Amino acid sequence: MAIKVIKVGEDILGANEEKARTNKQQLDKNRVFTINIMSSPGAGKTSVILSTINRLKDKVKIAVIEGDVASSVDAEKVSKLGIPVVQINTAGGCHLDANMVESAFKNLPLDETDLLFIENVGNLICPNAFSLGEDRRIMISSLPEGDDKPHKYPAMFADTDVILLNKTDLQPYLDFSFDDFKKTVTNLNSDVTIFPVSCKTGEGMEAWFSWLEGEVESKKGQAA
Amino acid sequence: MHEYSITESILSLALEKANEAKAGKITRINLVVGELSGVVADCVQFYFDHISKDTAADGADLSFETKPTSVRCHKCYNVFTPKDGDWSCPECHEIGIDIISGRECYMESIEVE
Repeated sequence: MAIKVIKVGEDILGANEEKARTNKQQLDKNRVFTINIMSSPGAGKTSVILSTINRLKDKVKIAVIEGDVASSVDAEKVSKLGIPVVQINTAGGCHLDANMVESAFKNLPLDETDLLFIENVGNLICPNAFSLGEDRRIMISSLPEGDDKPHKYPAMFADTDVILLNKTDLQPYLDFSFDDFKKTVTNLNSDVTIFPVSCKTGEGMEAWFSWLEGEVESKKGQAA
Repeated sequence: MHEYSITESILSLALEKANEAKAGKITRINLVVGELSGVVADCVQFYFDHISKDTAADGADLSFETKPTSVRCHKCYNVFTPKDGDWSCPECHEIGIDIISGRECYMESIEVE
């Protein structure tokens, strides 16, 4: 029987990209500066969010979407600070996707929000392939993970806009070389901004807070 | 990574296109997969053989064209494929690149009877 070739030319992961685009439209309409925070488990995503809320909440209206496989431990910590938060449980899924994030929007006061944190599932691989509608991707990398992680997870490090290099207070106990880390990252991503910080001691955090305030201001000033 | 849900997307897209063309059996699906996409062809084939049973794509061959990671140097615009984790430009030795291909995961075409 004759074989016919049908051209398709379609992205297999296209459905998520399309949903991410409509998410971004909704967030842009409300001028919400939106950050997708990614890291391996335990690097400090929640700690960074909680520190930032404590520092900026009197000046900036913040909301949070928490993504975890199970439990609402992180959302409860955010809620205690009086911040609107939605917990998404993926029930085994290893990343948030744009559909899940859209479903959280109806439970958040987007029209009264300046800054939205989306805390992704702890994972250095899968979240990278799934846009959510964010303005910026932020990675938390931490000193105990080692300075060679950019070699091992190039896609994640190549795509991020900002890296918070956390737990600098542990430098005396580790063989972490900041110069090696920075060289490896900028090799993959010359535009990245790196903030060495310690959430625990507060070291370096002011630079991150200033950067973030500037981005929120810019977003508020943009035409919808 | 996520080969099962990717395979489901491949199957449903192929069936949709075959249906639109009022075609019969799908004999081959031509896919383009980039090195950085994280998609493992053997896993996709494994799941596909399972979920395509009793559909118009039952028994179809999956063909994977692999696209290597390709990057462009910011400084001299040289296009190259990084080797051994070294992403510095082999021409000018500067660091700083844009990824221009390697993340793809798309269906080029299907072949039908």
